[in-house]
Amino acid sequence: MSGSDAAGRLVRPFALTGGRTRPSRADFTLITTVTAVDPPPERAPRPQPEQTRILRRCARPVAVAELAAVLDLPVSVIVIMLCDLLEAGLITAHPPHPVSPRTPNLDLLQKVRDGLGRL
Amino acid sequence: MAGSDTAVPAAPDTVKILIAGGFGVGKTTMVGSVSEIAPLRTEESLTSAGLGIDDLDGIEDKKATTVALDFGRITISDELVLYLFGTPGQQRFWFMWNDLAIGALGAVVLIDVRRPEASFAAVDFFERRGIPFVVGVNGFHGRHPYPPEDIREAFALPAHVPVLLCDARERGSCRDVLIALIDQVIAAAA
Repeated sequence: MSGSDAAGRLVRPFALTGGRTRPSRADFTLITTVTAVDPPPERAPRPQPEQTRILRRCARPVAVAELAAVLDLPVSVIVIMLCDLLEAGLITAHPPHPVSPRTPNLDLLQKVRDGLGRL
Repeated sequence: MAGSDTAVPAAPDTVKILIAGGFGVGKTTMVGSVSEIAPLRTEESLTSAGLGIDDLDGIEDKKATTVALDFGRITISDELVLYLFGTPGQQRFWFMWNDLAIGALGAVVLIDVRRPEASFAAVDFFERRGIPFVVGVNGFHGRHPYPPEDIREAFALPAHVPVLLCDARERGSCRDVLIALIDQVIAAAA
């Protein structure tokens, strides 16, 4: 269906994460939005090239899934790298709107419905 | 910081809806019809949960260790963005559905009118978890040989689950299915 990966990657994805396969923080969902801290904190470590690519992409808020798609990296790899950036104070993370099936937010649902109606 | 033209906008709240159904029923087509961006594809590494039960014979050199996830975006307002995720259709990737379903407003189960049985399991999944869903019957070339009631009967769907005839290629048609889902979620809350 895709056949777009003929070129391949130059670096194996988990080489970017120091071999770690699990994020140290669980607070990055597919639709968590991340934003680069600008200007970066003075004492922050110098970002690696792949981290710089991420920081450039999240100069404005962007969802984790979108980052993974545009940087062509698996979500799990992106999340591990975002954990490092968060710990270094180089990004902020905004969690998704909480959704509880038992206590739905009618105001939120109405907003979504109105937005869909404008399509 | 505030008041500057270059100020970084506040991060919007995000919500998601799942577009589910069997393999090749038109999920990505539906995502693309309503998304403001061309559907994006991201890959997730297959964990050991998916290995072993997976028949990888003959596809060893293909994407045997990753599963692709297609998604789109609808900006509702500066403060609210809706994401649509097409769930991986092949049954061996269903372990991912649990993760995807967490925090979702609800789901559209898409049915290919030529082979509705491909989506039986998707209906099961959302029914069993009590996640609100609607059924969209995607007509091949927009043709609908069966009335919604026939589909309802074939799937043994309860009366409160809406069944809509749709065309995954048409934005208006997909929009109506999504609105029906939100109405379903609101009704379930009442």
